[in-house]
Amino acid sequence: MNRLHRILTPLVLLVAIASVAGCGNKPKSVPATETAPAAAPAPVPIAQITATPTLISAGDEVQLSWRTTDATSVSIDGIGDVPTSGVKTVSPSVSTSYHLVAKGGGGTTDASARVTVNAAAVSAPAVVVPTRNLSAEEEFKGSVQDIFFDYDTYDVRADAQAALSRDASYLVSHPAAKIVIGGYCDERGSNEYNLALGQNRADATKKALVTAGVAANRIRVISYGKEKPFCSESTEECWQQNRRGGFTIDK
Amino acid sequence: MKAYSRISLLTALALVSFLVPKLNAQDWVRTGTNLGNDRIRIAAADVKPVGDDPQTPALKTAFDFTLYGDLAGAGIFDLVSKSLAPQAAPGSPQEIILPQWSAAPCNAAMVAFGALSVAKGRLVVYGWLDDARNTENPQVLGKQYNEEASLDAARTIAHRFADEIILRLGGGINGIAETKIYFVSSRSGTKEIWAMDYDGQNQHAVTHLGTISMSPRISPDNTRIAFASLGGDGWAIRMYSLEIGRLVSFPAGVAGGLNQSPAWSADEKKIAFASSRSGGSEIWAADANGTNLRQLTNFAGPDSSPTWNPRTNTQLAWVSGRTGLPQIYTMDEDGASVQRLTDSGYAISPSWSPSGLFLTFSWNRKYGPGAPGGQDIYVMDISSKRWLQLTHDAGSNDFPSWAPDTRHIVFERTIGKRTDLWSMLADGTEQHQLTQTGNNFMPNWSWK
Repeated sequence: MNRLHRILTPLVLLVAIASVAGCGNKPKSVPATETAPAAAPAPVPIAQITATPTLISAGDEVQLSWRTTDATSVSIDGIGDVPTSGVKTVSPSVSTSYHLVAKGGGGTTDASARVTVNAAAVSAPAVVVPTRNLSAEEEFKGSVQDIFFDYDTYDVRADAQAALSRDASYLVSHPAAKIVIGGYCDERGSNEYNLALGQNRADATKKALVTAGVAANRIRVISYGKEKPFCSESTEECWQQNRRGGFTIDK
Repeated sequence: MKAYSRISLLTALALVSFLVPKLNAQDWVRTGTNLGNDRIRIAAADVKPVGDDPQTPALKTAFDFTLYGDLAGAGIFDLVSKSLAPQAAPGSPQEIILPQWSAAPCNAAMVAFGALSVAKGRLVVYGWLDDARNTENPQVLGKQYNEEASLDAARTIAHRFADEIILRLGGGINGIAETKIYFVSSRSGTKEIWAMDYDGQNQHAVTHLGTISMSPRISPDNTRIAFASLGGDGWAIRMYSLEIGRLVSFPAGVAGGLNQSPAWSADEKKIAFASSRSGGSEIWAADANGTNLRQLTNFAGPDSSPTWNPRTNTQLAWVSGRTGLPQIYTMDEDGASVQRLTDSGYAISPSWSPSGLFLTFSWNRKYGPGAPGGQDIYVMDISSKRWLQLTHDAGSNDFPSWAPDTRHIVFERTIGKRTDLWSMLADGTEQHQLTQTGNNFMPNWSWK
């Protein structure tokens, strides 16, 4: 029960990505989690934005990926109004913080992702991981990325390998963390078959992490099938967001 | 383009098929019950209210409405419209004037009629069925019912009387008017197990677990519901006793990970389900008390949604993704004799007909990115693999479940963001929406 509740609790999402010294646009913290959704009629929106990669050279492309729930309007500074969930490729010429604001009936939530652009490779600043204000869970959320799947398959895609290696190295360097991998599916097809498919996705994600050196006994898997969608629109973007192996800390 | 498809259903189910690809209207295939035999034309007279108890009018209305609905939906009658029936409401065999009913415009071959009274809190109903053309010796059926007076009792008595008529005139197959449908509803905020009468009346929650519960399957004796429920350690098969009103033990269903989509054998001795306990999602079976666990499938790819052949209780159909998109397969209960039934698309949620001859399932024959295919309900004749499409151009349809008479199917239909339960005849006609509140899923028709 506790675990379920925790999953439902709004993800207090700060910077997904390491910010660099000099970053003036520090993300604000989200309204407190005490106002849990069960009591409030209109839940506070939940928002998350990530940039991949976070360190580029000028002219390189960065993929921004964001997701929100309970939001009616979503905008990103410098981009404008965007769908409630989506993916966009940008090519910033200078270091940029992408600041997302999600407004909904329950209030406003924001989230940021920082992209650092190197003027020249030689002057690349050391990347500092700011741990001071981040709880273990926030750091986990910011460091461990979900793995996305093609429709009706449970093979780890080639383009998920980079995220998987980062996830694995984070877990290897945090040997105390135990995790749950949730297997998720899009809304198409049956609840029952999607539970089975979600199980295979979660299993495949676990297997990849174990292969990368993470101890199997630190990982539990639970299939959620299409029962707990992140995004509820009937679009390919949204379906892709939902077809994933998602990570949470196993408390 | 193999749009020309035929299926021979029961001897009682014949068919007429049209072909021509592209033109949806002509792609439809029609079957009917008792084709070649005219449906029996029957009239249901309003019951005659007797006495002046204030409850009488409401109970009479409920009785008339329920009996008419039961006979209209039975699938074997040509029911006389109320507007064509004689004005008089005969309350006894002495009062009925049969020539009024057998003559035009009524033209009834059979007439159901009766009297209803309330006295001292008891509801008493006399019901008769007369052969309108046999004036010498017309009575086919005479019944008396006596229950504590309530709207539920009026409906229940009407269902019992309807089932007597259907049994007598429907080739010896029991009617379904007293059956129940178990389902999942999220109308309380979480997905719980609910129950209702077969006609959508009397909807009520069975579980109040506050998590996600799915896939209810009622036991053949109507005493227990097996279902899947999400807990902290994943999905477990849970067992709810309707007799004592609480969960009872089912040890085989609790293993952590994924345990879901339970299925009772018709002899009540076995439950098959999908479990990830050996990795992946495979089909397992256990005795109904939750012991004697054994694994039936062992193949890469997701497996789920088993259903037993209710005639043999030794064969199952299920869904497997072993070749990619999910398809329907059958196997013996030792895992041998695997046969694939569907040849393409996305096929899920099989339910084995009580007759043992057919599967109904949900199928998207043109599934894929960008494909316009619909998820529709189909019936397949297992021996020939010939199939028949039952739903067309109406939402996304899933989880068909046979009624015990093999004449009816209940299923879920999603249109936009709303999902509701519908019932229909096994030829796709007479589709009726059963739920109107909240979202409702995964219906399971009781065995009797």
